[in-house]
Amino acid sequence: MPPIPVELPIFILHLLTALLIARLRDLFSAAMLTGIFSLLSCCLFTLMDAVDVAFTEAAVGAGISTVLFLGTLSLTAREEKQQKVRSLPFVVVLVTGAALIYGTFDMPPFGAADAAVHGHPMVQTFIHGAHDDFHIPNIVTVILASYRGYDTLGETAVIFTAGVGVLLLLVEGKRASKPPPGEPDHGSESQPEPARDEAA
Amino acid sequence: MTDLTPMRMREKVVLRVVSKLLIPFILLFALYVQFHGDFGPGGGFQAGVIFAAGFILYGLIFGLDEVEAVVPHRFVEIGSALGVLIYGGVGVVTMLLGAEYLDYSVLAHDPAHGRHYGILAIEAGVGLTVFATMMLIFYAFADRGRGVPKEDDA
Repeated sequence: MPPIPVELPIFILHLLTALLIARLRDLFSAAMLTGIFSLLSCCLFTLMDAVDVAFTEAAVGAGISTVLFLGTLSLTAREEKQQKVRSLPFVVVLVTGAALIYGTFDMPPFGAADAAVHGHPMVQTFIHGAHDDFHIPNIVTVILASYRGYDTLGETAVIFTAGVGVLLLLVEGKRASKPPPGEPDHGSESQPEPARDEAA
Repeated sequence: MTDLTPMRMREKVVLRVVSKLLIPFILLFALYVQFHGDFGPGGGFQAGVIFAAGFILYGLIFGLDEVEAVVPHRFVEIGSALGVLIYGGVGVVTMLLGAEYLDYSVLAHDPAHGRHYGILAIEAGVGLTVFATMMLIFYAFADRGRGVPKEDDA
């Protein structure tokens, strides 16, 4: 009997978690399970030697986004509303998933030494450059911060933009709904109502 | 309606003691990830998120007012923009020193050292922006939860 790869139980747990999230009506449990899903992905990335990605997944997926889900839940209801099952979205998801899996058949097997990417001359530039020009052992950091520094600058700007967007949507709306005393206000009526309705 | 930072969470001894024990290590680990990113896994992004997670944990247990006393709204709003400014500023500095935008080799006499300093500087910018933005988003969500009952009283 061939040895079972350690990835297999993790993939099975992934599948079970995803099915459970789709089935659950209790949003609190679903939010917790998305955290567990991220933690399982993190294990998988670690097994594939992508430690930097695993790190980000653990910090963002399992950490911050779970907290934000909980924060959102405290503003809305804890139970999902009963909806009638519609088949079209399910078919779309199945077709998209099948197309993605079909796409992986063209990829070289995991860890293949003769994969196209290893033959590219830029790879040698990066690996030797990180060692000779930077004296930095973590090639990922060298590539992120220097070779593609423009990209990372753009990513940082995207994070900043996301923060500004949240500020505009959530905080400014609330400030605008607090008029100086004596003035009639139209914003404050519509803002808190939905939250209260769903909590009831 | 459940508040994000209910009073009863502060009264739970286990939560309070364990979180107070953990938070210093979380922050220290974040700093390690920030400054050790060129040798081990990690970097500004992960460090910023972990640093924010430490403060958010504090806010969840002890209440929003407590964490706002440590990390004020103003700091978070400025820090979020300042990080991007540091990153872009490093690029401008390298241009003023005669190299291309974000070519760090001119930042020190030895090009390898210059590149090292440049990476440290931009990682600091990334870390600051990520930390401040995560806190900003957390405040935005948590403030809303607090704001609704207040408007009920009015």
